[in-house]
Amino acid sequence: MLDEIRGAFYIAKKDLKEYYFKPPTISWGIAFPLVFALAFLLRGWGKDWLAPGLLTLSLFFGSTSMSAASIVFERRMESFERLLLFPISYLGVAFGKALSSFFFGLLSSTATVAIIWLFLSIPPHNMMLLMLCIVGSALQFSSMGILLSFAVKDPAQAMTIFNSIRFPMIFLSNIIIPVSKLPHYLTWISFAIPLTYSVEAVRYALIGSYDIVPPQISIPVTFISFFAFLYLAEIMIKRTIP
Amino acid sequence: MDAIVVKNLTKYYDGFLAVDHISFSVKWGELFGFLGPNGAGKTTTVRMLCGLTRISEGDAYVAGYSPLRELKLVKKVIGLVPDVSNLYPELTCWENLLFTGEMYGIKKEELVNRAYELLKLFDLMDKKDSKFKQLSKGQKRKLTMAAALVHKPKILFLDEPTIGLDVRSRRAVWSMIRELNENGLTIFLTTHNIHEAFNLCERIMVINKGKVIAAGNPTELKRRFSGSEVLEVSFTGEISIEEISQIPGVIKASRSGGSFKLVVSDPISVIEELVGKARSRRISLNYMYLRGADAEEVFLKIIGEEHA
Ligand SMILES: Nc1ncnc2c1ncn2[C@@H]1O[C@H](COP(=O)(O)OP(=O)(O)OP(=O)(O)O)[C@@H](O)[C@H]1O
Ligand SMILES: [Mg+2]
Repeated sequence: MLDEIRGAFYIAKKDLKEYYFKPPTISWGIAFPLVFALAFLLRGWGKDWLAPGLLTLSLFFGSTSMSAASIVFERRMESFERLLLFPISYLGVAFGKALSSFFFGLLSSTATVAIIWLFLSIPPHNMMLLMLCIVGSALQFSSMGILLSFAVKDPAQAMTIFNSIRFPMIFLSNIIIPVSKLPHYLTWISFAIPLTYSVEAVRYALIGSYDIVPPQISIPVTFISFFAFLYLAEIMIKRTIP
Repeated sequence: MDAIVVKNLTKYYDGFLAVDHISFSVKWGELFGFLGPNGAGKTTTVRMLCGLTRISEGDAYVAGYSPLRELKLVKKVIGLVPDVSNLYPELTCWENLLFTGEMYGIKKEELVNRAYELLKLFDLMDKKDSKFKQLSKGQKRKLTMAAALVHKPKILFLDEPTIGLDVRSRRAVWSMIRELNENGLTIFLTTHNIHEAFNLCERIMVINKGKVIAAGNPTELKRRFSGSEVLEVSFTGEISIEEISQIPGVIKASRSGGSFKLVVSDPISVIEELVGKARSRRISLNYMYLRGADAEEVFLKIIGEEHA
């Protein structure tokens, strides 16, 4: 068990070394959510509504971009299999891959919290809770990223498929468009998207009120879905073995 | 128990039979060659033994452990150099070796010493801080081998170790393989290059279309399959290839340019017969050359696709 966790940390360390400054990580992970949120801010959306969305976006993109880039790249170069040769379980590999993205998500969200505080003058309502929400969301998104990169059969198309899943999620999960304004049949989809729970958790911790999901539900959901995604990612890794 | 024991190992890829019930064993300390043409099933076999490809039927023991049931134990004692040099391009040689060692749980101090040792052994000390992607093909191959040795495996799998290398790098890798084997490492080497197998290996198994078709040491194999010799002749006048094919002792005849290339089992009687035929037509032989089959012809013969 301890061996597995140690192995996962070494994988994460290696990934951070290798992909930290790669263009897809930087542009998708940090620059994109900022530009995106700024665009909506300029169109006159309320900053109390937008601040939690901005933080969730930076968590979402920060925690999914690096894993997508690294797994896609390594599968194409056939170096992903090196990990499968080490004496570590597939779950350990999945966790390691998720961890590097997790750290990156933490980093980009810390920067975003600072920006929100300084430029939007919104100090966190409950700092401890916000930290918990950030950790939960970053774990959830990073494991989701791993899962998605494996669900794709052809690595060459992974990025395209990846974004065609990520973008609709943004619009359906109470980040930009309030769920209450969506057609009724779409609200069911919103509740099936993990992003909805993160933004609600973050909203509560950041400004002290929630919109559709109370924190007693939204925060645990982020952690539970992390474990669920990780387990599914393990199954996906097994499925890549010919 | 032997280092590797394989029983009826079989691989189907969606119904396509890539490895067909093969059985063999490799002794401890042996340098074992797995020889076959492209698509024979060599890589598939190696991958099944290392747990990278699912075994469809049969079983195997690697260092006494089954890749089906005790994969983690197998992984601890084997090293694999895959057919592509697949280390991490953005990491330096040093970082690549260290990461590999960390994943095997080697202690920091021991790992640093081991990494230095391997860089020296593979003559890559001056490339220590170069990124993997900056290395030449030969250097990449060497570092990939070094990485497979960080944890001091008991059995090393080499899948096409010299593929794409020039003569000099190939020789360097060969002498490295010999040295590792002399120091007691059991090596399972796949290759499509018969010279490599004949030069390097103590024992060779030939595989084609997923089936084992011959096994033995290089001298045995040569003796067994080179019972025939190649005779090249040309005449001053016309004589048909059909007629030549019918001479007893001619296994196969082909025409190349103005001369005939014959695979013969009994050269002397064939030559007498040829001279007789020429005389009766009032023509004569103007060129003749007799040689033993070379390694490549032996190979083609073994896999049943001889072209004399
Ligand atoms: N993942 C796969 N899916 C389907 N078929 C495969 C797969 N991998 C290999 N094959 C098929 O199995 C057969 C054996 O392939 P393998 O790679 O084992 O051959 P090889 O002897 O290593 O050849 P080479 O000398 O070209 O490396 C080939 O016909 C190949 O097309
Ligand atoms: Mg091969």
